[in-house]
Amino acid sequence: MKNHVLRPLWVAIAFVALILLARYVMVPRDFGVQGDSFTFNFHRAGNVDEWKNMPAVAYLGGETCVECHDEQGAALEDSPHVIIQCENCHGPGRDHPETENPATMTIDRSRGLCLRCHADLGYENSSRADLPGINPEEHNIDTQCVQCHNPHTAEFKEDA
Amino acid sequence: MSCSRRTLLKNTVKGAIVASLPISAFRLLSPAELKAAIGDEKVRWGFVVDTTKCVGCGFCVKACKKENEIPYDAPITRTWVERYVVTRDEKVHADSPMGARDGFTSARIDEETMESGGEHTAEIEPAEIAKAFFVPKLCNQCEKPACVQVCPVGATYQTADGVVLIDRTWCIGCGYCVMACPYGVRFFHPKYKVADKCNFCYHRISKGLKTACVQACPFGARQIGNLRDPDDPVTQTIMNERVSVLKDEYGTKPQVFYLGLDYTVK
Amino acid sequence: MVDPLTIAHGAEWTVKHGFVYPNEFIYWGLTIVMYPYMTGLVAGAFVLSSLYHVFGQKDLKDIAKFALVFSLALLPVAMMPLMLHLQQPLRGIEVMFTPHFTSAIAAFGMVFTTYSIIVLSEIWFVYRQYFVEQTRALKGSTDTGDQIKRVIYNVLTLGAYDISEEAVAKDHKAVTILAGIGIPVACFLHGYAGFIFGSVKANALWMSPLMPVIFIMSAVVSGIALCMLTYIIIMEWKKFRAVLRKGLGDESVTVIAGVEMDVMKKTSRYLIGFLIAAITLELLDIIFRGYTSMKSWDILREVMFEEDFTKIFILQYGLGNVLPFILLMLPKMTIRRLFVALCLILFGVFMMRWNVVIGGQAFSLSFSGFMNYDLPIIPHNLETYREGLFGALTVAATPFIIFWLINKIVPSMKEV
Repeated sequence: MKNHVLRPLWVAIAFVALILLARYVMVPRDFGVQGDSFTFNFHRAGNVDEWKNMPAVAYLGGETCVECHDEQGAALEDSPHVIIQCENCHGPGRDHPETENPATMTIDRSRGLCLRCHADLGYENSSRADLPGINPEEHNIDTQCVQCHNPHTAEFKEDA
Repeated sequence: MSCSRRTLLKNTVKGAIVASLPISAFRLLSPAELKAAIGDEKVRWGFVVDTTKCVGCGFCVKACKKENEIPYDAPITRTWVERYVVTRDEKVHADSPMGARDGFTSARIDEETMESGGEHTAEIEPAEIAKAFFVPKLCNQCEKPACVQVCPVGATYQTADGVVLIDRTWCIGCGYCVMACPYGVRFFHPKYKVADKCNFCYHRISKGLKTACVQACPFGARQIGNLRDPDDPVTQTIMNERVSVLKDEYGTKPQVFYLGLDYTVK
Repeated sequence: MVDPLTIAHGAEWTVKHGFVYPNEFIYWGLTIVMYPYMTGLVAGAFVLSSLYHVFGQKDLKDIAKFALVFSLALLPVAMMPLMLHLQQPLRGIEVMFTPHFTSAIAAFGMVFTTYSIIVLSEIWFVYRQYFVEQTRALKGSTDTGDQIKRVIYNVLTLGAYDISEEAVAKDHKAVTILAGIGIPVACFLHGYAGFIFGSVKANALWMSPLMPVIFIMSAVVSGIALCMLTYIIIMEWKKFRAVLRKGLGDESVTVIAGVEMDVMKKTSRYLIGFLIAAITLELLDIIFRGYTSMKSWDILREVMFEEDFTKIFILQYGLGNVLPFILLMLPKMTIRRLFVALCLILFGVFMMRWNVVIGGQAFSLSFSGFMNYDLPIIPHNLETYREGLFGALTVAATPFIIFWLINKIVPSMKEV
């Protein structure tokens, strides 16, 4: 009988070979070091392009909005609110107006939205103090800001 | 062949830099400049946060969550804004309720993250406030990312233009990268069950758009730019202003630079 | 019904107070406490068995074979908590496919496989003669159970039927060599579990070059303790059966009790040695952190001496180290006292793992907030089962089930 001592070794080698085979089948071909560094650039190459297209752009930017909504664009022109993106209040414009119902764009008219900037926190040395601020617990509680203030021009509404 | 030529060129440039050291030692060469000189990539993304401009409106957080499809009501977020209130007795109060997704609309330090009971109090008298400010945070896209180093399977990595990405089809969800990040920017995505974090809106910047947070910020507190382009406003700011980075003691070399950072910022 | 998309992983068992970054939660819960604990038991059990096979510590002969088989039973369990913990358990095998060796976890697959092969081979050499004998003895039996058994034994011989004196001598030599290689590999397997934590520079509590060594020492302590404990239980059972069969005063009862006490006294000497080493290193670590007082010391001190004081100083050091140490050092050892001491040691090592894994996440990266771990007890979804008490109990119970199964084929308690 031949030397039996090496038998477990053959089993081990067979096991490793099995893993290597599985590795060959299951690891994508483009997996490897994609730059100079094994530490930082070891990955599946195809993933970079996947991220370039994922997810679909949701926030289109104000320039796109005013292409159609020129009236609102004009209202904003001389307004201090011109620095605020339309989509900050109106929600992301993805699929608008391609979807059948453009009215689905949700307009946030809550007090909370305006208070993001206009709640007076009393932080004198912060640029928050440069903005007009109110005390939300005293200033016309239970009333929507837009009842008196025009959100685009940032002026008082004439009919209010 | 082109590869070896590139290597040759690179070595030549490197050699030239080393040779010119005695002269350039008198001139401060910023890391960005140095990298622009030796790197062969045309783009290297960098970010500038001007904390003096931030008012804590949180529009950046809202835009980021919606743009990148991070479950809106989950407490995790790719970017967030912190509020710091330093009182006259030099106590530091800080909070970031829901990552400031809805901004800071109350002077109360958030009860949820700031349980009173210890020495911290939720309500601070305005007269007690010495200084207060807001600090937006996001992934630092470190040059030496600790999170990438510890990924056991090569599911997270640094792209040639310097952004750290996560392969959602390959991440095993061990959480080691979450542990390794000194900035706490990583979390598990509730839907995909893999690690997730800010990637500078890679799908936007690759198309020539600004990141969602940069676009949403009304005050220009956030800027993204190409560190390889010396004329880029971001590069200009980093080169000409006194900028700092977060937690440089970890040696991760962050690529997000801050203006007006206070020593109390965690 | 809560929308599962609004639940962040970790939010269900993390209670924050102070200033904590929004994405911070206790991501590594009880399963990750179990992982170094179980690997520690594996390594410890193997080292114990090797002390006999390699260094010829004759006093450990009786427990050595048992320890070896027990370390095999623990082996799959070392991997189990890791698999339970993964968010994508089915992708776990990628660690073998695309190992990123700059990560401490990447080597796990390789080290673990190597170690498994060594343990399996060693057991094969120890029991080969028995396999061959069984194959021959069961030949011709018509009983279905026996036939299945015979097939299993036949496969296990790997076709090596030679049990001449010469061949068996070769087996013994192979066992010695394998056990010799096995010790560094076992230490590596566990030391590197310590490295996984010790190398995380973002975590102020974990980052320490002492971490791997501390882990090895406490691993050996817990491994030996568990082997002794299981040995006591099995011997007591034997004694109990002997008493039932032959009456209290029978000679065989005294013989069993004598053997038991003898083995335990000898083994506990090793246990005390490793226990001293483990405690010394842990104390050194704390003293060093306090003396150097780096930026993180303020929050670490608060965690150690205020938030987690009970867990660290009372449960781990007091109940888990000092008390059993005294119990072991007192003269006139009895099995009952030893049993209590061993349970306390196992508990102490478990608390040490807890205080490292959970304690390392008890404070925020901001150094100005804390996170409390609210252990999920009654699971209400998969996540709270996996990371909760019942997941851990599953993990803790498995080695005993496996040991029982293995013993059907490879009897570790009988004289072969």
